[in-house]
Formats: sequence, structure tokens, C-alpha cells
Amino acid sequence: MKRNSVAIVGAAETTELGKVPTMSQVQLHADAALNALADAGLKLSDIDGVATGGHNAVEIAHYLGIVPKWLDGTSVGGCSFMLLVRHAAAAINEGLCNTVLITHGESGRSGLGRHGSSIFPSLFQQQFERPFGVTRPPTMFTIPVLRYMKDFDLSEETLAMVPVVQREWAGKNPRASFKDPITVDDVLNSKMICYPFRLLMCCLVTDGGGALILTKADRAKDMPQKPVYIRGTGESAETPMISQMADFTSSAAFKVSGQQAFESAGISHSDVDHLMIYDAFAHLPIYGLEDLGFVGRGEAGPFIADGNTRPGGKLPMNTNGGGLSYMHSGMYGMYALQEGVRQMRSTASAQVPGAEISVVHGVGGMFSASGTIVMTNVA
Amino acid sequence: MANGERELPRPTPETQNFWDGTKAGELRLQQCGDCENVYFPPRHFCPGCGSKSVAVLRASGRATLHSYVISHLPAPGFEPPYAIAVAKLDEGPKMMCNIVDCPQTPVALVIDMPLEVSFEKINDDITLAQFKPVRGQ
Repeated sequence: MKRNSVAIVGAAETTELGKVPTMSQVQLHADAALNALADAGLKLSDIDGVATGGHNAVEIAHYLGIVPKWLDGTSVGGCSFMLLVRHAAAAINEGLCNTVLITHGESGRSGLGRHGSSIFPSLFQQQFERPFGVTRPPTMFTIPVLRYMKDFDLSEETLAMVPVVQREWAGKNPRASFKDPITVDDVLNSKMICYPFRLLMCCLVTDGGGALILTKADRAKDMPQKPVYIRGTGESAETPMISQMADFTSSAAFKVSGQQAFESAGISHSDVDHLMIYDAFAHLPIYGLEDLGFVGRGEAGPFIADGNTRPGGKLPMNTNGGGLSYMHSGMYGMYALQEGVRQMRSTASAQVPGAEISVVHGVGGMFSASGTIVMTNVA
Repeated sequence: MANGERELPRPTPETQNFWDGTKAGELRLQQCGDCENVYFPPRHFCPGCGSKSVAVLRASGRATLHSYVISHLPAPGFEPPYAIAVAKLDEGPKMMCNIVDCPQTPVALVIDMPLEVSFEKINDDITLAQFKPVRGQ
């Protein structure tokens, strides 16, 4: 990865988020794509690379009327978009294409034009997990947590502080699905979904989309938006089966992806002004903070509960309200990237003053895969 | 069992021996002849070193409760709330399972408690390896 050689020059979400019963999934992709093109001052004919996750990339290219020179359909869950940013930057640097459009659309709530799982099925999961009653993500992603809670003495009250703090951020965001403040008691008294996880510890299920446009950094300077440079990237994968995570208290994929991103960016943790850690469930920011190396093992719960990641804290995290309060279509990674871009453009609803470096970290599947992007507004 | 039938495993060539084992009342793992790695799920080579010199190892059936959740969501073949657990075998590998012969409550399900395998015959083809608390300790 050549540092700051590629920039995000267009970024947008769908016009509407939440419940969008008027749009099929592919329409959500296109709505976001057209919004991102308008944002970048580009036309469809300017795009020569197309990438998407969780949807047939050929269908997206065809629907948009693009015959691309470069195509990527990496679908490893919600972090696919972090991997696609990384792959697109490499492709642009290699000269395979000039201008890449990465789209996401998901009719997660309304289920319109959705075709099956966004991740390939796993042979072993079918045989060795599904017979034991795992169904939707709340029955799988949550499984390692009691192990963590015992090993590191994490209480349910501290775990409940994750959604409480993120709701504080959501309260500053007019587009957030849920904005009203909540307390630890509210979280612990909300409906039990999958012990120890209550409803307010689980992400939303919504409709929406987002798109990014990337091109060479030297071209970005002449474009309408403040360029957001790709300073560092990482990706990894561990297992399609949550039961086969090597360590239930730490994600190997998070560690490998995060380390690559920090090393390629040439930054240390104290350089990070803004952080997004994909929060499909309340424990993910805890695992993320530790596996990315922001805090030591067992320290992330108290770090969040003590207010370090809340508005005004020293490490602003999930400033859009996160998958727990902002929106979560199923593959939330795109929205974490969008918030990173907004922070780097200084256009976020809850703007971190003077932020120059944003780290956006994603998870795919149930701790299956991971992608990390370091963005900056400093060339 | 409510809400229809639970999903059953569809054995493949590399896993048939495991499912033949559960039917015969044996919990079968695999061990590498070169690096001695004991692994699961079954493969025709060692995922630790790549060696094809692998043999079946009959596991003791002893394990501990590594982690679990208690699902309150509907699932075909299950009556919520029910626990979805991961047993850590004495030989090392981890296996997903349900905890049978045990109340499905946080009080009864204690992390690290000793477990032993309990074979649950589903039909003539499929027997699942489940785990139950070790009594009288």
C-alpha cells in the first residue's frame, strides 16, 4: 500500500435510511451510487471499476450501465467494504482502472429484492453448528462473550455501557434511527434476546445503502470535495464457525488486520483522532479496542464505561451512533466508512474538532473476517 | 420439538467417519502423525502443518463448558429458551453442542463446569454429539 496515493473523492448514503419500502436492494445500491457521483461531480461514464459485497457485482455494474475494466465482488460480510477499499486502492495504484465505485445496498428490514445470504454458506457450519440451533447473528456472534466476561471480570452493567455511550452520539445525529438517551437499567431491562444479550445490546435491522468513489490522489485535488486519503489498510480472516475461534476473548482477524493498517499507515495509537469499530453487538467495540491495541487485555469495558469514547472523551468512537443506534442494514461496514469520510471532511453531525486521522475497523460474519482502513485529510 | 425440524448435518467425504463414529457411540477427532496436532473438524490433512499423515483419535468425551448463550429466539426444532454451547474437549479442540440433562439457565450453566459427551440419536443416519454435566463430583 502506497500511503495517501489514492483518495475517496465521492461518498454518500442513500437518500433515506431506516425503513425504505419503496426501493429494492439493487435500487438502494443505485440511489447511493448516484448520490456519490453527484457528490464527486462525476458521471456514470467516468467509472471504470465497480466493486460491491453481498450482492452480485455483475448485476450492479449492469444495472448502472457500466462495462467495467475492473470488478471485485468480495463478500465476507459487513467488513467487505473495508476490503474493497483496500483492493480498489491497490487496483488504482497498479493502473488496472482509474475511478472505482464501491456500492452497498441492503433491504435488511423490508427484504425487497434481497437474494439469500450476503456471505457464502460454510460446509462445516452446516454440519457442526447449525444442528445445535444457531440461526440468526444474535445466536452466533454472542457465543464467545461469557468466556470473556469470566476471564476478564466484565460485568453485564459494564457491557451495557457500550450502547448507552453510543446513544449519546446518536442523539447528536438527525439521521440516527434511535436518538433518545438510554441508561444501563434500560439496557438490562430490555427484552432478552440471547442471554446475556438484551435487545439494546443488539444492532438495528434497517434498509439503506452507501457508495464511495476512489481515484488517484493527484486527480483528487481538482475535484469538488476535500479529498480523504487512504493512508493505511489491513484485512484478514479467521473462521466461518464461531465455535472454532482460536481464542474466545480475542479475534485473530482483528489483530492481523489492525496491525497491517497501523503499520502501513505509519501511525501509532496516539495519532488517532477518530475511531469507528463495527458494532453489530455490544461486545464488538470491546474486542476491537483491545485487538487493535488501543488498550490492554480486559481494559476496554472500563475504558468505555469511564467515558473515554463518549462525546468529549479522548478517543471519540462510533460517532454516528453505530450499528446499535444509527442504522444497520446487515452489512454495516459501509456506514462506518461514510462516517470516517464525514469526519475527515469536517461535515459530520457530531464533528470531532480538528480530526486529521480516522481509523475505521470492520468485522465480517461472526468474527469471521476483518478489514481496517486508516483515512486522513492531510496529503 | 416445536416449529418444525432442526437442521441436520449432511455428511461429506471428509466428515463421514466422524458421523459414523457418533452413530457407534464414539467421539472421533483426528491427530497428525508428524506434529501431533489434534484437530476438529475433520480433514484429510493436518491444518497445523499440512501433513497427510493423519489418524483417527477416539476422544475421551470429557470436556468443560467453554462458553454459551441462551437463545430466546425461535428456531426450527427447538423450544426457547435453549442453550447453544461450546465444549472444550480435554484433547484440545472445541465443539458446538447443546447441554442436555440440565436446566437451560445461567444458574445451572456455569462456565468451566465439567461435561461429558452424550450421544443423541436423531434418526437412523444421524446421531449428534451433545454434552451433559458430569454428576456426582
